[in-house]
Amino acid sequence: MDLTSLTIDAARAAIQQRKTTAFALAEAHYARIQQQDGQIGAFLTLSKDRALEQADRIDRMAAEGKPLPPLGGVPVGIKDVMSTRGLRTTAGSKILENYVPPYDCTAVARMEAAGAVVLGKMNCDEFAMGSSNENSAYRPVRNPRDLSRVPGGSSGGSAAALAADMAVVTLGSDTGGSIRQPASFCGVVGLMPTYGRVSRYGLIAFASSLDHIGPLAKSVKDAAIVLRTIAGRDPMDSTSAEVPAPDYVAELDKPVRGMKLGVAKEYFGEGLDAEVRQAVESAIDKLRTLGCEIVPVSLPHTPYAIPTYYVIATAEASANLARFDGVRYSHRARGVKTLSEMYRRSRDEGFGAEVKRRIMLGTYALSAGYYDAYYLKAQKVRTLLTRDFDEAFRKVDAIVTPTSPTAAFRLGEKSNDPLAMYLADIYTVTADLAGIPGISIPCGETKEKLPIGLQILGKHFDEGTILRLAHSYEETSKSHSAAGS
Amino acid sequence: MKVTDKDVAYVADLANLELSEQERAAMLRDLNSILDYVDRLNELDTSDVAPMAQVSDRYGVDVSKQGSERFAYASREDVVEGLRKSLPHAEALANAPDADEDFFRVPKVIER
Repeated sequence: MDLTSLTIDAARAAIQQRKTTAFALAEAHYARIQQQDGQIGAFLTLSKDRALEQADRIDRMAAEGKPLPPLGGVPVGIKDVMSTRGLRTTAGSKILENYVPPYDCTAVARMEAAGAVVLGKMNCDEFAMGSSNENSAYRPVRNPRDLSRVPGGSSGGSAAALAADMAVVTLGSDTGGSIRQPASFCGVVGLMPTYGRVSRYGLIAFASSLDHIGPLAKSVKDAAIVLRTIAGRDPMDSTSAEVPAPDYVAELDKPVRGMKLGVAKEYFGEGLDAEVRQAVESAIDKLRTLGCEIVPVSLPHTPYAIPTYYVIATAEASANLARFDGVRYSHRARGVKTLSEMYRRSRDEGFGAEVKRRIMLGTYALSAGYYDAYYLKAQKVRTLLTRDFDEAFRKVDAIVTPTSPTAAFRLGEKSNDPLAMYLADIYTVTADLAGIPGISIPCGETKEKLPIGLQILGKHFDEGTILRLAHSYEETSKSHSAAGS
Repeated sequence: MKVTDKDVAYVADLANLELSEQERAAMLRDLNSILDYVDRLNELDTSDVAPMAQVSDRYGVDVSKQGSERFAYASREDVVEGLRKSLPHAEALANAPDADEDFFRVPKVIER
């Protein structure tokens, strides 16, 4: 049995039936990390003591013949923007290099309560700001499919770890595409749930009206199992919605025949790579052969999504990141004489270039004289973008698009041009702005063997439908490739 | 050019960032380039459009309820240690760059 390529159910069953142990499973993943991660850089911190303690607990349950919980013994990775009690949490930033949270993020606590074994914390762009993982203050992550290329961002470590079989599932966060775009670049599944579906308690905030926590996985079913684990109201997060979560795993096998799928021309225009277009169009054809009806829809404000996003996200970030002042936690500059000098120099030494750029942009957009022209204007356009989706979802059950206009680009290719980097999120930011759920699943490769992602967007709180569609597509392409090989 | 040297200095001051000469020059260039792009929002007439600050006041709530009633589920009694216990003193101070047994320690506050 290859211990590093199991699904959640296979791993749990193997432990339950005593064919392996949670301990052996964790050790196998650490061995794989030891062997692979030097060149990939997906992990920032390993938590071996915590992992083996949890593995031991699961193994004792299995030995006593007790039924294991849904993630019993499953090795997972947590993006380093989620707080973990007693385990260093950096947000990919030097300013939190020595920060050890005194409490657990709710999503992490729910994963561990369901039996997950936390292997460590995943590398990411600093404060989740980036689309390539090159903004990590520690090291860039490299794409396991081609080490000269980026894994996407900001949850690049969470995606790369799966592509290199260094974890079974991971948690990421998505503010403008940070789960779906790296999933697409690394050839794995990435799910951003509806805004409010998953508690953000313990997530280091970037942009509070846009931040989401969600799973990255090697299969749609694994993503559904993780969502089922972390979804639902949490009194510690007042933005977590009081909407009951269905059993997402049970949703998977319901039929997709007769579903209406929207295709919007705005997602197939200028800038879309020809190979990506072709792969996405043939994926849409495949969904049609499964009995879905393809319906043209229009999302006319899409071209305004990136500027809207960058005003709102940076404005919120400038407020959220004000807390890093070198007083209660975070880096403090040495040799400062006054409080004011301490704030400035500590922040200057602790934050990287992109984080400073976004704090400056956001502060500018909120400053007296510019608030109406930028921040208020962007909030109004956000209403228009959301109405586009409301209109479209009157006609269709889900919308299918490319996840990203290109496959993974090379390290350094866009790092000197912030605007070009921002455009990598052009098909993903709209869902964050509207608060709707979206999933990216692999739908083929370029000639250079780089993965391409298909994005499926759903109605608010209707993750069940997009998971079901993604699962059906995955099943079809699996049997197809098996038949072809 | 929308943003000037003076604006960069002013905004850096608001944001409590001390930027080097080099950083200021790069910031001037980047902010102008990004804001030029953001200006395309002005192509849209939004005079009759309400601003949207968040998603959660419209989706996943009972929209027949008004105002704070809509969010009643998210409120709680204002009691000490209502949802969780307060952090023990030592734990709360553990991440501080400088502290004594009771307080966070900072440099003397002098008029800016």
